[in-house]
Amino acid sequence: MLVFSVAAIIALASAVMVITVKNPIGSILFLIMSIMAQSVLYIMLSGLFLAAFLILVYAGAILVLFLFVVMLLNIRYADLGADKLGKLKPLAWVFGAALLGELVWVTMGATSTLGEVDPLFGSVPAVSRLLYGKFVYPFELTSILLLVAVVGAVIMAKREW
Amino acid sequence: MAVPLDYFVILSAFLFAVGTVGVLVSRNLIVMFMSIEIMLNAANLALVAFSRRQMLMDGHVFVFLVMTVAAAEAAVGLAIIISLFRNRESINADQLDLMKW
Repeated sequence: MLVFSVAAIIALASAVMVITVKNPIGSILFLIMSIMAQSVLYIMLSGLFLAAFLILVYAGAILVLFLFVVMLLNIRYADLGADKLGKLKPLAWVFGAALLGELVWVTMGATSTLGEVDPLFGSVPAVSRLLYGKFVYPFELTSILLLVAVVGAVIMAKREW
Repeated sequence: MAVPLDYFVILSAFLFAVGTVGVLVSRNLIVMFMSIEIMLNAANLALVAFSRRQMLMDGHVFVFLVMTVAAAEAAVGLAIIISLFRNRESINADQLDLMKW
């Protein structure tokens, strides 16, 4: 319970920091922190493969890509320009609170304590057996998706408009 | 394992709401992208929690696929941001009205 509380608070607080902090580099580092905490939660849910994968792919690849782009663009956060939202901004928080209330209301009462689990549940061999067995076609299709994404990214970034 | 399942699901709801507010509030395209990643992660957390509840690892495979989609989305999206920045010298979402009207 203590581990859950600490990890949950870190995950949530750094997620809030991501959207409130002014400097984009700061928000990227806070997102990495949030993902580390979520990886702890995955381990608590015995998703060991996914916990490792989350750190490798999110913190290691996706967020480093974000970091590269922020450094490449050399954005000074002062010249982000005028904010047209103005007075509407508090409304966004109201909508967010409404959505949160709705989601919590839906999930309330779904109480169930998690029972004992097979020690192999969520381990690398078990998940990969599923990936290469039952879900082999979706798994192979992701390679096409990634190929399309790579080609699309190169074309978008290189083309002269 | 003393933590009930709905704690994880409610935390995932909180994270999703934070991501939504981030998309609505921020005008910085990169922060908007990161808010989308927060929302994807919230959905992933709920998937892992439910697959633990059902003792089925299919949810783990779905999370794997969602992460792949997130990687592809980040690559293409950041390429679009670079391309926009070269043309407009800005990553403010309010100034990108190329496709308006």
